[in-house]
Parts: sequence; C-alpha cells; structure tokens
Amino acid sequence: MSVTGDGGAGQTLIRIRNLSKAYVRGEQFIPVLQGLDLDVRRAEFVALMGPSGSGKSTLLNLVAGIDKPSGGSIIVGGVDIATLSEGALADWRAAHVGFIFQFYNLMPVLTAFENVELPLLLTTLSRRERKAHVAAALDMVRLTDRVDHYPNELSGGQQQRVAIARALVTDPTLIVADEPTGDLDRVTGGEVLDLLDDLHRQLGKTIVMVTHDPKAAGRAERMVHLEKGVLVPDPAPGAV
Amino acid sequence: MFVLKLLLKNAFRHRLRTLLTMVGLIVAVCAFGLLRTIIDAWYAGAEGTSSTRLVTRNAISLTFVLPLNYADRVRRVEGVTGVSWSNWFGGVYITERNFFPQFAVEPASYLALYPEYILPEAEKKAFLLDRQGAVVGRKLANQYGWKVGDQIPLRGTIFPGTWTFTLRGIWDGVDARTDEAQMLFHWKLLSENLRARGGQNADHVGVYIVGIDEPNNAPLISQRIDAQFKNSLAETLTETEKAFQLGFVSMSEAILVAVNAVSYVIIVIIMAVMANTMMMTARERLAEYATLKALGFPPAFVVKLLFGESLVIALGGGILGMLLTLPLAAAFAKAVGTLFPVFVVSDTTMLLQLAASVTVGAIAAAWPAWKMSRIDIVNGLRHVG
Repeated sequence: MSVTGDGGAGQTLIRIRNLSKAYVRGEQFIPVLQGLDLDVRRAEFVALMGPSGSGKSTLLNLVAGIDKPSGGSIIVGGVDIATLSEGALADWRAAHVGFIFQFYNLMPVLTAFENVELPLLLTTLSRRERKAHVAAALDMVRLTDRVDHYPNELSGGQQQRVAIARALVTDPTLIVADEPTGDLDRVTGGEVLDLLDDLHRQLGKTIVMVTHDPKAAGRAERMVHLEKGVLVPDPAPGAV
Repeated sequence: MFVLKLLLKNAFRHRLRTLLTMVGLIVAVCAFGLLRTIIDAWYAGAEGTSSTRLVTRNAISLTFVLPLNYADRVRRVEGVTGVSWSNWFGGVYITERNFFPQFAVEPASYLALYPEYILPEAEKKAFLLDRQGAVVGRKLANQYGWKVGDQIPLRGTIFPGTWTFTLRGIWDGVDARTDEAQMLFHWKLLSENLRARGGQNADHVGVYIVGIDEPNNAPLISQRIDAQFKNSLAETLTETEKAFQLGFVSMSEAILVAVNAVSYVIIVIIMAVMANTMMMTARERLAEYATLKALGFPPAFVVKLLFGESLVIALGGGILGMLLTLPLAAAFAKAVGTLFPVFVVSDTTMLLQLAASVTVGAIAAAWPAWKMSRIDIVNGLRHVG
C-alpha cells in the first residue's frame, strides 16, 4: 500500500519506498512495517494515526533516524538515511531533525534556557549567537519569563513548550512529534497544537506527528493511517 | 564549560547518595593512607639509614656478642673511617607498656657516626663528661615530658637492677625520617657494672657500627672486615645498616604483607561500591542519555559525562580523605607513642591516595559508560526513570 504526495520531486522532503521493519525476539520474527511507501512534502504537517502496535511510532523513529529499517529506503532531503553510519546519522539528526516527545524528555538539571541551548552545542555557533537563538526560540513559545526555571518548576504544558523550543532552535528541516499532547490535558494540549500549527504555517516547518487523538490529528494538513504495519486509505472526512 | 556544569549538576543531583558515596571514599582513602603509613613506619628504620654505615655483628646471631678488641682491627681495615659500638639494653621505664629502645654506646664515636642527631654542643659536652648521663630523641622526651637534668630510672631486664640516668641532652632529627625515639647512654657504665658483677661479657659489645669512605665500597669493606675474623671464636657478619634494619623488618614480613593486602582490598571494595552507584545512576538516566543521542550527541559525549561525574565524586571524596589522613595520622602517632619512631604520611602515600581515587573514579565509570554509549535510542526513550 502506498500513500505518496501529489507534488513534484522538488517539493517532496521525505520519500519512503518499500520500507520494512521487523524485530527478532529470540526465535520469533515480528514484522512491524511491511513494504511501505510514503511521501511527505516540504512544509507539510502530517499526522500518523493508528491503533497501538500499528507501527506508527516505529515509522516516526525511522523517519527521524533514531532507528534503522530492515529494508527499503528513506530519503529525506535527498539523503538516504537508511544507508548512513551511526556517526553520520547522529550528525544528520543534529542538523536536520527537531524532536518533540510525549514526556518532554528535558534534562532535569538544566534550566529551560540551558535545555533549549543543548542542541546548539553541536553547532559552531558562538556563545553570544547561541544565546540569541535560544532567546528567539523561547520567545516563540512564549516562555521568556521562565528561562531560569528548572523542568520541575514548570507545568506539563510549559515543559512541552520548552521541548518545542528545543526542537526548533536549530532551525531543523523536519520536526517529529511523538504523541506531543499525550501527557497533557485538553486545554494545554490545544495550546501545544496551536504552537505546532504556528510552526507549520508561519515558519513553514515540515512536521510529522504521531497521535492517538483524532482531534489532534485533525489539526494536521494530512492524516496517514497505519494498521498492522501497512498504510490504509484515509477515512472519509466525516469519519474523524 | 557547559559540559563541566552539566556533569557537576549531575554529580550532586542525588545529594544524599553522592554524600554517602563520598563518605565511603573518604573513609577508604583515609584507611588506605593510614595503612600505607604504618607500612612506611615499619620500614622507617631502614629508610633512615646511612649508606656510609655498616653494622658488624656476630655471624651466629645477633644475640651473641663480639669482643671489644675487634674495634682496633676493624678501624685498621682499608676504607673504614670510624668505628663505634652499642649494646641493646632492654630496660623498662615504669611499666612494660612504656617501650622504647635504649642502647649503651661509645658516645663520642657513636655521635660522630650519626650526624643526623642534632644535639646542642653544650648538651653533647655534658653527656660526654657524665658517665651516668643519657641523651634521648625529641619525640621520646616529649612523650614522657622529660627535660634536661631529669632523672630517668630504668629497670633492667637483661641487665638486672635499677639503672638511673641523668638526662643530659635531647637531640632533634635532621629530617622527619630520623629516629627520635631512642635513648643512648655510656657503654662504659654498662661494662663496669658487668665487671663488678663477675665480669662476664664486660668487654663485649652487641654490634659495631662502622663508618666507611664510599657507599660503593660497602661490599668490599664488609668482606675485608669479615675476613679479619674468619675462623676465630667469634666470626663476624658485616652488612649495610639498611640491610641490618631490613633484617628486623623481615621478621614481621607476613604482617606487613597482610596490612599491604588489606590496604588494597579497601580500595577494591570502595571501587565496587562506587561502580554500583554509577551503574544505578546511569540506569536511572537511560532516557536522558537516549535523548542526548537522539539530539545528535555522539556516544563519546555520554562517556564524557559519566566519566566526568564519577571522577568528580571520586576526587572529591579522595581529596577530602587525603586531607583527613594528616590529622588522623598525627593523632595515631600520638596514641601509639614511640612504638613507631617515625610516623609521617609521605608524599608517595599521598600520591598513591590520589592515584587510588582517580582509579576508583575511572574504573567505576567504565562499565556504565560503555553500556550507556551503546544504548539503543528507541529503547532508551521508552525508559521511565
């Protein structure tokens, strides 16, 4: 099954072909993704949906370069990341991917400012430049008054906003979000989705988001459904 | 700078755990230092010896004496610059617990051979002139509160009777290695006493101390001296002063080996404790290390963080332990009195303590650092710390 974008090759940021992923547990062979094709256009906001165990998080991990496929290709911005070595993949992630996790994954011993600054340590920016970038990112998520606060001094929503600032501070090509509202209440979750929406609309960021929540998925430009490791056609508009 | 800040914050994230680990390190490093100092103290006699002094004793055993008339023959041996002699006295001062070595010596020649005993000229003169006089080292004088002019009664165990000496001088060692816990008195007093009691061994000495011109000539001169008395009734065995002292140390070698082993076992134990702490720490932060790797940080960064944190804790505890060793060693030396004439924490011991701390820190971090650098990002991110 394939779901490919309708744009030209120049507009396609992610091109996935015949992707498969399987885990081996002892003598058991567990296929998670099978022969999957998917295109994501540049500046597109895609929601990956599906029941638990459908392979959506695995797909996201593969697209983000934190997992390796068993077969097929994942071409992001012209680079087949499936063929990159561990070191090259780490460099690629640092330069091109911003991560937003369900449980924020902030460093508890670092302030909001320092957490956002963290990915910039992998760049050649000077301290002054880093400071400017962090300030801009925190301003974008409206957390300029919480820069010196530690994660445990922030609410869940504020922590996720810090995580969003960390994801965008390097100006990545792609932002991946794994259940970004999964740990938040409806109102706070809505605020986080508003922010993602802003990143997509105002900054033209390409976002791939995994979610269980149909309302969250509804904020995306396009929904992609997975079931048992294969893509299924979009449900009728009224079904969501 | 950022990395340093991060690892310092990580090191003190669980203050109680870090504090307890550091306390363990302080105790271990301190105990290690004290045990090493005890071993050093055991060898202090040998370390404080001079390479230009030989000791000639009866070839059968130290308990057998040598005739006094050997002195002139030894003095004539080529390469010999001076000869003196001494007898172990083995007296008791008030009670058996107050042990300290006492030697009956030929004072002028003996003090000439031991320039490391710094004795004021007036006190030296007074000692040489008083057959009943004695001199002691500063440490011994301090322990019993003796002052020049005090009477010191000793109950003889080898030589019966009560022997009362007048303290004529107190010497200071030229350095920390010099023995300041002995008492010296006139050999003639002992000899005359023995003669008055019947004369047995009155003209005999325990050992000869022989000054030589060149340390390199020691083997040759030793051979020459022993050759002089070959096939006599009292054959001699001459050796360097250091070898002579080490002969005493070797009698208690089994104890020293045990103390040495215990000192290293302590370090191995704290290494295991520290490794457990680091492993626990790393396991708790699995998701954090996975996040760092996801953000693009290389495995070496995680290794750096864990090694840095481990070294901060180990060095913190180690340095505090080293600092604490100094007053503890001083208190220990005071408590044991003259049992260890020289009880000083050496530079080598402090370097060993530092090296032990660094080794503990490095080895404790090795396994967790290796494990964490290889964690699978996806599995790590699933971990809830």
